[in-house]
Amino acid sequence: MSVASMTWWEMVLVTLGLVAISALSRSFFFLSSKEWQLPPLVERGLRYAPLAALSAVVAPDILLTQGQWLPSWTDPRWGATLAAVCWAAWRRDMLGTIVVGMAVLLGLRFGLGW
Amino acid sequence: MLGVVPGVMAWGLVTGVAMVKAGMPTPVALLMALTVFAASAQLASVPLMLSGAPIWVVWVTAWCVNLRFVIFSAHMRRHMMALPLRWRLVAGYLTADITYVFMQQRHGQSAPADAQNIGPLAYFVGLCSVNWLAWNVSATLGVLFAEAIPTHWGMGFAGTLALVGLLVTLVRDRFTGISAALAATAAVAAFGLPFKLHIIVAVAAAVAAGLLMDQAASWHRVRAMASDD
Repeated sequence: MSVASMTWWEMVLVTLGLVAISALSRSFFFLSSKEWQLPPLVERGLRYAPLAALSAVVAPDILLTQGQWLPSWTDPRWGATLAAVCWAAWRRDMLGTIVVGMAVLLGLRFGLGW
Repeated sequence: MLGVVPGVMAWGLVTGVAMVKAGMPTPVALLMALTVFAASAQLASVPLMLSGAPIWVVWVTAWCVNLRFVIFSAHMRRHMMALPLRWRLVAGYLTADITYVFMQQRHGQSAPADAQNIGPLAYFVGLCSVNWLAWNVSATLGVLFAEAIPTHWGMGFAGTLALVGLLVTLVRDRFTGISAALAATAAVAAFGLPFKLHIIVAVAAAVAAGLLMDQAASWHRVRAMASDD
């Protein structure tokens, strides 16, 4: 029983909880209408936080393979990410970034068999 | 915004497919796809739900994954307080990574929204409607046609690339770049932690490093000024 999956009703309950988490986490600092000022240190720290959080979400998707650190120069995701970063830094263009990255990924994977 | 739609759609599609292929019953996967509206939280929760983890574990994990939105909400507050609470909740619910980054780029410094200055909120509504529609349509298709859609060639990477693109546009100077790189390495190093706590470790490390670099730079300026005398 302990390794069994959740029942349908439990899954629905979990899902409703996830909806609440989506709404509450994303509106967290505008729930209260009271005026407040963040301490200056926190204010300065917040300059770095959003970038860090995105980076922390993305990096394991690029660098890890099923949760393991198995570095390989012939990992097509690395070449694709490098190309995407260069394009994004050069052109600041989202669609181009995705297209260039995917083209390199598919090229490496099917062209070179990486 | 239209430029990121292919990335959003590829990601939605893959999220939908991934939920079903992991073994979720289609109706529950559909409910999740249409209501939770959070790819990374969904992808983190599904394996936990299927392995029979306690419900609170799933919720704590999702909260950690969503922590970045708590930080985003602090930055979005200036424009949102013009709305009544009910709509602030709706607006928060609709704020995805992409919505936040575009909002910051266009209206991060502009005057707070109010009845006279509806520009920031109008822009926000536009972003949300495009993103919400692209996400829900593609996630639904992903759930319904999970068996027919091949995933082995890595379409899901398009979503990661969209976030990489956002990340690059957020890097403004050397310090933010270094702190983002540090966050990436910390997240990978701490990936084994439960509840996706690696995200919190990474944010803490990157913020600490950023503040230290700020401090070091200001000491450097003070000493440079002192040696000029």
